[in-house]
Parts: sequence; structure tokens; C-alpha cells
Amino acid sequence: MNNTKTNAIGLQKQDYKGSPTTLCAGCGHNSISSQIITASFELGIQPEQLVKISGIGCSSKSPAYFMNRSFAFNSVHGRMPSVVSGAILANRNLIAVGISGDGDSGSIGIGQFKHSMRRNVPMVYIVENNGVYGLTKGQFSVTADKGQNLKYYGHNDLPPLDLCMEAIIADCGFVARSFAGDAKQVRPLLKAALSYNGTALLDIISPCVTFNDSKESTKSYDWVKENKDPLHDITYIPLQDEITTDYDPGETTMVTLHDGSQILLKKLDESYDPTNKMDAITALYTANNEASLLTGLIYYNPNKNSLIESENLVKEPLSHLPEEELRPSADSLRQIVSDL
Amino acid sequence: MSNTNNTTTNNLHSSNKIINDFSIQVATPNGSGSQTSNLVLLRSLFKMGIPVSGKNLFPSNIQGMPTWYTIRCSQDGYIARRDSIQIMVIMNPETAEQDILNIEPGGVCLFPEKAKYEFDRDDIIYYSMPVKRLAKESGVATSLRPYVSNMVYVGTLAFMLNIDLSEIQNALHWHFKGRQKLVDTNMAVIHSAFSWAKDNLTKSDPFEVEPANLTDGQIMLDGNLAGALGAIYGGVTVMAWYPITPSTSLADSLTKYAALLRHDENGNATYSIIQAEDELAAAGMVIGAGWAGARSMTATSGPGISLMSEFAGFGYFAEIPAVIWDVQRVGPSTGLPTRVSQGDLTACYWSSHGDTEHICLLPGNINECFEFGWKAFDIAEQYQTPVFVLSDLDLGMNNWMSKPFVYPNKPMNRGKVLTAEQVEANGFNRYLDLDGDGISYRTLPGTSHPQASYFTRGSGHNKSAKYSEDPQDYVENMQRLKLKIDGARKHLPEPILINRDNSKIGIIGFGSTDPAIIEACDRLCDNDILCNYLRIRALPLNLSVADFIKSYEKTYVIEMNIDGQLHKLLQLQFPELATRMHSSAYCDGLPLSARWIVNEIITKENSPNE
Repeated sequence: MNNTKTNAIGLQKQDYKGSPTTLCAGCGHNSISSQIITASFELGIQPEQLVKISGIGCSSKSPAYFMNRSFAFNSVHGRMPSVVSGAILANRNLIAVGISGDGDSGSIGIGQFKHSMRRNVPMVYIVENNGVYGLTKGQFSVTADKGQNLKYYGHNDLPPLDLCMEAIIADCGFVARSFAGDAKQVRPLLKAALSYNGTALLDIISPCVTFNDSKESTKSYDWVKENKDPLHDITYIPLQDEITTDYDPGETTMVTLHDGSQILLKKLDESYDPTNKMDAITALYTANNEASLLTGLIYYNPNKNSLIESENLVKEPLSHLPEEELRPSADSLRQIVSDL
Repeated sequence: MSNTNNTTTNNLHSSNKIINDFSIQVATPNGSGSQTSNLVLLRSLFKMGIPVSGKNLFPSNIQGMPTWYTIRCSQDGYIARRDSIQIMVIMNPETAEQDILNIEPGGVCLFPEKAKYEFDRDDIIYYSMPVKRLAKESGVATSLRPYVSNMVYVGTLAFMLNIDLSEIQNALHWHFKGRQKLVDTNMAVIHSAFSWAKDNLTKSDPFEVEPANLTDGQIMLDGNLAGALGAIYGGVTVMAWYPITPSTSLADSLTKYAALLRHDENGNATYSIIQAEDELAAAGMVIGAGWAGARSMTATSGPGISLMSEFAGFGYFAEIPAVIWDVQRVGPSTGLPTRVSQGDLTACYWSSHGDTEHICLLPGNINECFEFGWKAFDIAEQYQTPVFVLSDLDLGMNNWMSKPFVYPNKPMNRGKVLTAEQVEANGFNRYLDLDGDGISYRTLPGTSHPQASYFTRGSGHNKSAKYSEDPQDYVENMQRLKLKIDGARKHLPEPILINRDNSKIGIIGFGSTDPAIIEACDRLCDNDILCNYLRIRALPLNLSVADFIKSYEKTYVIEMNIDGQLHKLLQLQFPELATRMHSSAYCDGLPLSARWIVNEIITKENSPNE
């Protein structure tokens, strides 16, 4: 049976399960949680080594619904990135998955969203983007469509922020967009993000079935299915696997990640180069103007130092260092004092 | 009186000399480089063995606004701000008129020759100095002349007060870290000013210094450096901060000394210092790091405390260690950011929404900035809670004499942290009070055991850290938190009593007002008002404070704020003693002086209604 299958570290998929969800039936967030479970299981991640950290909102509740054996931190609105930054600095061996939403990251947390990318904090940064505040019952978020109408909050006159575009401008080195209903795309993107050395943004359109799922909304199941425009088909190839997929170098791009794993992007738009920042911004701009949803790995920069490298930290996690390494000697203090 | 040179109005005999007991104030426009001159003077006097203190009164500005630096010499070892000025050096025309009025009768006014001030006091002595000429003759580039100009008053004062020139040279050497050319250039100006004064200045004032041996073995530094060193010797691993006066130099000192002291043999750092995008993020990083096992800290001031308060409260409920330095200044954000206050006491103690009560450490001197700097981590990890350390601008940014630091006298206390093996042997419930002290055991992220993890959230959890909105769970959790914080009282730095036999009144204070209160107690004693003085060093309050208050009909609570925040906390803690406590709270942005305290207490003691 599939369920008793074990992964590279001898764990079963149930070892990656969370508590039963309390989100609405059909909520896109649940699909994302289940892809996190599958990706982590398939990659053989040690659950205790992973931290799942969130801000506030429906999306930020979801860490309770996957990977119970991982350490979780449901923190403060818009400030997940700073908590991740601190945790990763304390223990560089942790694998950080940050869970946020469009309100949490696009409004109250836009500062931390951008600054964590500027610092290149090693983390998978997932925005479960539904264009609406769910927990507070249906206010427009900063990614809501201009001109949209909602039941209680009326008409939205303001233009949306495009979080992928914001991330690229903040020099995030891994920027992807996907759709909660597209497991085939979310899963390899998640695996690639988990293998990336730095901040990897996954902006996942994740419909809110209760407040924002009318078919005119660009965050609804119907609209996305109709208007989704994938850049490529994605295959994730773990380090230890041989590449068995047939591919034509003219039609495909191989991307090698920090840990040696690779992703194979079978181009649907042949001219698209995900390592070109201006191409990425243009593609997003064009898609937004044409009212289509560009998905896939939109921008990728393999040549960035993560925060851990730029901080020149010792190999051992700071949290593990013994007193001898943390407290300089009495002699050193005497020397300092003698010069004061 | 007109602008005349070197005129004496007092015929003082040599027997009327005032030795090692006066204040010098230097008035300059800020950004003119006078800080070097002032620190060199301060250090020279200190190295001559004379007890000194230096207070920088500066504006929130880069260049051009008035700044005053006051150096107090005190043979008796008093280092509080003295609010009378005996020697005034006027280098700023803008404030000259008022500065002249501020000189004590019999005092001295030094000023650049040809200055067009109104010199209409005949109860002080005037000396003019050829500032421009000597600066020009020094041969330095025109752009550097303002800097060497300030050395003219150093040389003039050296002659006038008999300051040892070799100590001035040593102080310059120390200040410029041995860069000989800078030392030589400045020393040349000092020498020429000294020679000029020797030949031209007819000394008619009574002020002089004499070498003493009263500072032997002492060091001189500011509290922010002491706090930073304390943190380094306390094993800080993650520091996140955002620039704000007057705490910035704490982060700067930490950066400087950690770079010297905290690398492994490969040159890799055993710490990380992050300049965050704001105080919201700094607090988040500190809480995230503390959660994951770092000794984490931040340093900020009042406005930053406001921004950090949500995370501080979160840390209190989720039980995450962190150290938050508040180098207090006058509030609010655009208040008096470069002036001192003790106005954040209640803001820190009750920081955040909900029923929080934070442990606060209240250092009162440089040594305690160091000591609490390392101890704060032990306390934070022992009690698994954010710990505030409340310094202030006077303590943090001014230079103080101090006894040398004592190296931490006990091993680090990393608190109740379970290993995977301990989880395997005994199981794990994050918020279960196994020991009856309200302190539960925690695990660190990454602990490799299937039962090691837990879900961290604010207060909505049961003993196993499972989500719970059950009223009973909430109450039990809150009661445990109260038990935990309550239990800290007797283990925090205990109050310090300065006892005087037969005292009739009590004085309670905290923090940087310590030297002013000590001096005031001596003066009051001269006036037959005998006081015992208790200095509080931590919140929540040590319950023994009640015994002190009970011993006197009246206890004055002295603090640098307007509302009497400590007074109110004491009244809340000891309501049965509330009427015995009298608030003596005052804040004008300047460090408290002994004179204010003496006047305050004499007035109140003589007032029948008090």
C-alpha cells in the first residue's frame, strides 16, 4: 500500500501529517498544506529539523494542519519574516517554511516581506493569496482586483500589489507563482524552493470559498482555471536521481539548485528566460494587463549569498555553542579594562 | 563691564584656592569637534587621580546647534551633575549671553578674543584666548581649524588650572589610538596656547587641580559600552537593533568588541548583529532567535519600546527568552530625544496588551550595566521570558568613573531545556509545571525526537501546547505565569541599602540618580536631616522593600519623570504603606542634581502639610 511506503530517512507519510484542518471545506490553503506534506515526505526532510512559522490570518493558521512533528510558531501579524530571520540565525541547520497570506505579507507585513528578501533569509516564503481577509470576514486585501465588488465591503477602487513583482524588485532570487489547485506545479516548485539557498517566494493563488470565489474574481477557482498561463512544465530532480526524462535542450532549461538537485523547465513560451530580471518583470506586467495568471518559476538567481553566509557564521548553530565559545576569557576582559 | 582682557574683580589670596572641586562647562556649536577636547580634558584630570564626571548636553542635530559639555571635579568623589558652573568656556556666540549669566559668582569666563558678547557682570573673572590666531599659526588646513581651535581652550585651561601636560598628551594618544600625527598636531596647539597663557594670562581665579590618588584602579567609560561588554561576556549570539538615540552606541560598541572577541579559529563569528528595518522587525528577530535557542537581545529607546511591545507581550505569554535594553530618553518620538528621563518604567514593566508583568533590571552605575548585561541572559533563559534592562541617556552615553568589571562569577544558566534523550526518558509537555515554580521545560527547534516539537502561540494553549480556548486552560496558564514571575522577585538583583545611623526618613530611588542621591544624603546630613537610602534594582519588587518603608514615617521616592512611576508601583505593591511614601519626581531633561534633591526634601520636611 502506498501509505506504508517509507522515504529516504525511513519515515512514512503519516509522520508528516498535521492536525485536522479547521479551515473551510474547499479552502485552497488545505491543498497547499497537503503539498507541503508530500514534498517534505518525498524529499526525506527530518520533520524536527523543519520550522513552520506564520503570521496571522487563515493562511497563518495552516501550520497546525501539516507536519505535527515540526516546530511551529504562529506569531504576530505581518512579522513572520523577522521571526524566521531570528530562528535561522540562532540555528542555521533549521529548514524554515514561512506561511503567510496576502494581507499578512502585502499589507501589514510588506516591509518585512521585502527586507527579508533583501537580506536573503534562507526560507521558503509561501503566500497563500486569496485577495481577501478571511478571519475578519471579508475585507478587501491589497491583492484584490481593482473594480471588484464584495458582499459586505462594496467596491474596491484601489490597484492591487503584485507580490511577485515586489519580490523581484526587492532582489528575491527565487520567485514563483502557482495555483493551489495545481498540485502538479505546486509540488515541484515547493521542492525546488526547499532546495534553494535563500528566500524562495511561492505566491500561490489559493481561493477563499467563503468570501472571494465568484468567477469574476482573479482569485477564484473558475477564473484561475480559465486564465492560468503556465510558463513551463516543471520537473524536480533530486540530487541522487538520474535524469531519465527525455528533453530537448532547445525547449527546456535545467536549473541546478544549491544542494545539487535540479529542476527541469519545459518551456511553453520558448523565449522566456527566468534568470532575466527585466524579462520577468515584463512578463508579469503583460500578464496582469492581459488578465491572465502567469505561473511557474518566474525569476531565478542562483548567485546570491544567503544571510548565513553574509553573516560569516560558524558552522555549528549558534544555539548549540557551549559556554567556552560564547564567553571570552577573564584575561581578555582584564586586557580590555586596562585600556579604559 | 566692557570687553576687557584678563581683568580680575576678586582679590584672592593663595589660601583661598579651590582645589579639585568645581565644574567646567564648555559651550560650543555641535559638530565643531569639541568632543575630542572635552574628552581629553576629562581623561587628563581622571588620570591625575582626581574624581571627575563628564556630561554631554547635546541637541538632536548634526551641525550648528548649541552643545554644552560639563566636567565636574570632586575631591570628595561626587560624580552627579553639579548644577552650578564655576568655569565657563564660551566657544559659541549664539549662547554666550545666557552662558555668562549661568556662571557662579566668583567664577571664570573664558572666551575667544575680539568676541562681541555683552560682558556686563562684574562678579566673575574674564580671560580671553587668541583662538583664531593660534589656530591659524598651527598651520593646519583651513577646514580643520575649527577642530584645533578647541585645543586652544585645552591649553589655556591647562595653564590656568595646572593640568599636567603629559597627561593631556597621554589622553590625546589614547583618544587617537596612537595616530602620532594627530596627536602632534593637536598637542602643538595645546602647547602654544599654554605658552601664550603663561606669558599673558594673569591668573586671578581660585581654581586649581592637584594630583591625587583618588581614581587609582578605576576605569572610565560610558554605560552603553559597559552594557555591550556585559552582553558579549554573557554570550549574546543574536543582536537585532534599529538606530535610535541614545541606544545606538550600545549596538556600535557591541559590533566593535564582538569583532575582537567572538570569532572561532577560522575567523567565523559566534554571533550575528543585524541592523533591522525597524524596531518591529528587531523585536521579531530577537523573539525568533530566543525561541530557537539563541541568547538574543536588542537595544532601543522609548519609541522603539512602543514598537516592540507587541512582541514583548507575545514573548511573555509564549515564554520566550530575550533581552531588551531601553536606554531611556525623554518622550515621545519627537520629544527631547537627546535628554535624559526615567519615564519608561511602567511602559516596560507592563509592556504590551494583556496581563503582562515583565522582569526589569535597573542598573544604577557602570558596573551594573556590565553585570546586568550578562546576567540578563541568565535571567531571561531561567524564566523563559523577555527581560528589560532600563538604562538611560546619562548612564548610557556619558563617561563615568567605575571600578573595573568583575568577570562573571558563575556559569551561564541556560534554563530548563530538554535534550532528545530527556524527551525520550520522560516525555514532554511544553507548559506543564513539573517543579511547582511555574517554569516549564522547553525544547529547542531541531531537537531530534518525534515528541520534541510543540506549537508556539500566544496564550491559547493547554499544558501540552495544544490549541485551546478552554477557560480553565487559560486561567491555569495565567496563574502559572504569575507564579513564575512572582517567584523571580527574590532571585533578581536585590535592593541596596546605604545606611546612616539614627535616620529619620527613607529615600528610595533607582538607576542613574544614584550619585545625586548619595551626594544629597550627605548634604542633608549636614543639615541634620538623616536619611537612609534604598536603591531598587529590579522589578517585580523585592518584598523586603516593605520593611524599609515601614521603618520610617516618611519615605521619599526620587525619580526622573513627572508622574512618579516608581512611587506608583510601590504604592500598588504595598497599599498598606501607601501614605508613608511621597513622590519626589522631577524631569527637565537634565541629569538630576544633588541640589534639587536637597531642596526638595528640605522644602517638604519643612512644610507642615507634607
